[in-house]
Amino acid sequence: MKFLENIVHKMEPKFAKGAKLEKWHPVFESFTTLAFTPAEVTKKGAHIRDGVDLKRTMMTVIIAMIPCLLFGIYNTGHWEMVAATGNRDLVFWADQGMKIMMGLKVVLPLIIVSYGVGLTIEFIFGIINGHSLHEGFLVSGMLIPLVMPADVPLWMVGVATAFAVIIGKEIFGGTGMNIVNVALTARAFLFFAYPTSMSGDKVWMAGQESTVDGFTGSTALGDLASFMSDKPVFENLEAYTNHYSLFDSVLGIIPGSIGETSVIAILLGALILIGTGVGSLRIMASFFAGGYIMGMLLNLVGGNDFLDLPAHFHLVIGGFAFGAVFMATDPVTASQTAMGKIIYGLFGGMIAILIRVLNPAYPEGVMLAILFMNVMAPIIDHYVVQSNVKRRLKRLKTV
Amino acid sequence: MSDAAVKTKAPSEPLFSKKNKKLVTDPLTDNNPVTIQVLGICSALAITVQVEQGVVMGGAVLFVLILGNLIISLMRNLIPSRIRIIVQLVVVAALVIIVNELLKAFLPDVSEKLSVFVGLIITNCIIMGRFEAFAMANKPWPSIMDAIGNGLGYAGLLILVAIFRELFGSGTLYGFQIFGNSLPGEETGLYTLGYVNNNMMILPPMALIIVGIIIWVQRSRNKSLIEQH
Repeated sequence: MKFLENIVHKMEPKFAKGAKLEKWHPVFESFTTLAFTPAEVTKKGAHIRDGVDLKRTMMTVIIAMIPCLLFGIYNTGHWEMVAATGNRDLVFWADQGMKIMMGLKVVLPLIIVSYGVGLTIEFIFGIINGHSLHEGFLVSGMLIPLVMPADVPLWMVGVATAFAVIIGKEIFGGTGMNIVNVALTARAFLFFAYPTSMSGDKVWMAGQESTVDGFTGSTALGDLASFMSDKPVFENLEAYTNHYSLFDSVLGIIPGSIGETSVIAILLGALILIGTGVGSLRIMASFFAGGYIMGMLLNLVGGNDFLDLPAHFHLVIGGFAFGAVFMATDPVTASQTAMGKIIYGLFGGMIAILIRVLNPAYPEGVMLAILFMNVMAPIIDHYVVQSNVKRRLKRLKTV
Repeated sequence: MSDAAVKTKAPSEPLFSKKNKKLVTDPLTDNNPVTIQVLGICSALAITVQVEQGVVMGGAVLFVLILGNLIISLMRNLIPSRIRIIVQLVVVAALVIIVNELLKAFLPDVSEKLSVFVGLIITNCIIMGRFEAFAMANKPWPSIMDAIGNGLGYAGLLILVAIFRELFGSGTLYGFQIFGNSLPGEETGLYTLGYVNNNMMILPPMALIIVGIIIWVQRSRNKSLIEQH
């Protein structure tokens, strides 16, 4: 480490103000502060209780995502093998080495493309505007591959990442200024721009074009949504729950976007986020509660098998848990006030399930619900603060 | 009508004086009705899916604007100011009906695609805005120049947005295939490599984003356009 530090110190004068490589100072600073504590520290009146800065926060989120990533790699490999053999009942815990290799072959390029494109754009904007690299993309760049179907073409991921970073973030002023979640912007862009590569039953398993005829790679959600149409995949709810048991859904051995399937891995991440104080427990809990309440309400309405689906199933299939833990809690785009966070989460969860069930064209309502609540978050905060002010004024008058 | 135009050609000012030229060139660049004044956005978002629609729509607005500005300018001293909006509406409505009938007769396909938006030229803010802001207070010849400038500024932006949307949304330009044939099963050109048309380009939100990017580029090139806050 000392050796690396010496190199950094030797290089520093070259990037100083007025020196030859001044323009590249943001790039230099970004790399050095990623590895070392910055030399500039607060000189007087420090009120800091620990050394957590944006970079460390972001690193915590990435660590929290590792369980999802690892499980996602294995799961991707498993379903690729399923697609290759055409046998959906393949034993999950067999051929581990082969599955990990197959999964890595799909997931690694996605991560590389997402980080490569995103960081390049961040660097360009950093150099133009003269600030150091915005750390926010460290998390977004990891989230983007995790919310992609396994079979999505790499160039589409590149285009979506570029769109999300420029339109979703940089035009608002970069990290901390964005209105909507960057990773979800990328996913929403792909969802609307290339629907055939982002939804349906052909995209969730890598290399599916070459599979046997009659094999469907549909997800649990896709099969559920077919209850709303004339030709459901399953006869009734019982047939569905026999095929996708609650245990399988919680464990995550179902097809879906790379990182979203395993509720256990997501909850591990949630524990890390809550334990370190990075993610808001209020948002996560109220998001789940909102989804559960809406599930119950739809049960009361009833009518077909999708509406009758037990509410707890809604929480474990699709991207609901992943969205609640990693997307809705994004500190920049979520509500800031304590009460606001609860309202934000409740509505987010309710709208997510509402869209999922009642609009078969968008089986994944979580993405749209969170984006919608991102836009609403400042209004929620405004009214929470205003009601606080009003209450206090009233108290003051009565005294 | 032309007599009046000739008569008002002030002897002191040449027909293409600097001031008159500026009336045409300004709206094309730093006073563009769409990107700077943010007028006529509705139609700019709705009908820019294909270049052809953009060209026809731009032409229609240009036609209505030139004739309308001329008529209003000629009548400007006769119109009682309390009912001027109604008079302006009658003029623009008459012109739009003419355009609509012409399009239906000679370009039925495009007319069907533009559907209600030709009729909605009546409410296009650019036209009413130019009547109010310019033709009511200026002589016919400058009014025509002003109409040409604003009409072309609107049409130009429409075509620019439509170029992006048609090229990336359908892979064609004015109906000609640029990237090859995209029909499934008989792909040619880029589509054989796995390229897919961007469906988002067809949707109106993307038109808004493209207009936004054009405004962004324009303002970063000319800092004086940025409002002081």
